Amino acid sequence: MKKSQYLKTIYILFKKELMGYFNSPIAYVFIGVFLVAGNWLFFNTFFLAASASMRSYFALLPWIFLFLSPAITMRLWAEEKKSGTIELLLTLPITDWQVVLAKFFSALAFLSISLLLTLTMPFSIAYLGNLDLGPVVGGYLGTLFLGGSYLALGLFISSLTKNQIIAFIIGLTACFAAFIIGADFVLAGAPGSLAPIMKFIGLGSHFNNIARGIIDTKDIIYYISFIFLFLWLNVRVIENRAWK
Amino acid sequence: MIEIKNLTKKFDQNLALDDISFSVEKGEILGFLGPNGAGKSTTMKIIASFWLPTSGQVLIDGLDASEDSLSARKKIGYLPETVPLYEDMRVFEYLKFIAEIRGLDKSKTKNRVKEVVSICGLNKVLRQPIEELSKGFRQRVGLAQAIMHSPDILILDEPTTGLDPNQIAEIRDLIKTIGREKTVIFSTHILSEVSATCDRVIIINCGKIVGQGSPAELADKYGGLEQAFRELTV
Repeated sequence: MKKSQYLKTIYILFKKELMGYFNSPIAYVFIGVFLVAGNWLFFNTFFLAASASMRSYFALLPWIFLFLSPAITMRLWAEEKKSGTIELLLTLPITDWQVVLAKFFSALAFLSISLLLTLTMPFSIAYLGNLDLGPVVGGYLGTLFLGGSYLALGLFISSLTKNQIIAFIIGLTACFAAFIIGADFVLAGAPGSLAPIMKFIGLGSHFNNIARGIIDTKDIIYYISFIFLFLWLNVRVIENRAWK
Repeated sequence: MIEIKNLTKKFDQNLALDDISFSVEKGEILGFLGPNGAGKSTTMKIIASFWLPTSGQVLIDGLDASEDSLSARKKIGYLPETVPLYEDMRVFEYLKFIAEIRGLDKSKTKNRVKEVVSICGLNKVLRQPIEELSKGFRQRVGLAQAIMHSPDILILDEPTTGLDPNQIAEIRDLIKTIGREKTVIFSTHILSEVSATCDRVIIINCGKIVGQGSPAELADKYGGLEQAFRELTV
């Protein structure tokens, strides 16, 4: 297959998947809840702290995304299996990688759109005080990578089941585990030799670096590998039709 | 056009297909008969490249369906038993998506969609969300999807289940029209449909081929198609 044709097919699928979000009311509910909850929780303490920074917001986002991401990915495979459309999708002359990539990037695009709508915050804060841009850019970048990792993991879990609710709950649990495993209070209780490994594996520890405004290639490579690993596992499941 | 050689499919310990071989000539309409769970759908899923066989080979116009899967898939239009429709799309959105993903030229897409819509009689429901369609229309949209890229081979898994007699007659006529130039394999439980449309019949039971021939041959041998079905599959 030619490269341009390969990408074009991904794009056609991507477009269809992204439309799928906005064809149903779920997308608007998600975005609404996400914006209201995020803004409220942040501005609740913002004026008390009286500092022009978004740090507490970026500390909050991983927890909001923990619920949002599996909710975005739960239906991506589970629904295709339940409704039987998977038989169409996987007998089209396209590769399994193309399908997985299209689904992943459509979910990422949806998450990015919700994130884009929070840009009102840095603008308001910059108007109120002296906002340091570095941590803001880093915060958004880190959130995007963290969100992408949650999505890749959630998408993989959706490929294992026909049931959206199960996909959501297991996805949430898995994302939570992957996020928390590198957190300080978990490491404090971990055996000494395991702690550095756990810190490296955890999605959260890498996020903290980027959100502080320190953009290290190591962290970026870590996230990209994490995403790739779960997309690859996803392709394996789809190839083998290995779902219950 | 289609050659099936020693096809076997196992699910865990269950033998769904047991060493099946047959071939279908170009332009032939082949009817698949057999009780529920006999292996009709399994065979069709393997031909359509949804499942890989445990062993054996499927050749589509000379192409190996497991090694040259993507090229083989281009030649096939497949309507699974559960009609694969995206409920939240409108009919024309769905058909346009199928045309695009099948790689039709942009200039041709519009005309081809129009053509398929008129062949399948979908003009009235074009703008309706698929979730609101009646069973008959759903089946027709499914069929429209399968013929969109003018495939040489059509695989239709029980295309007439759940339809009323008028709709069955319509779909049957459609299959006959399409089958003039194309190779068609379809499965059904309605025996009169078989004698009305098929050039040849294969009867499957418990994963094995238990009888084949033209509807007339089978009817002669067993004193009617229904007798043939009963005798071979009970």
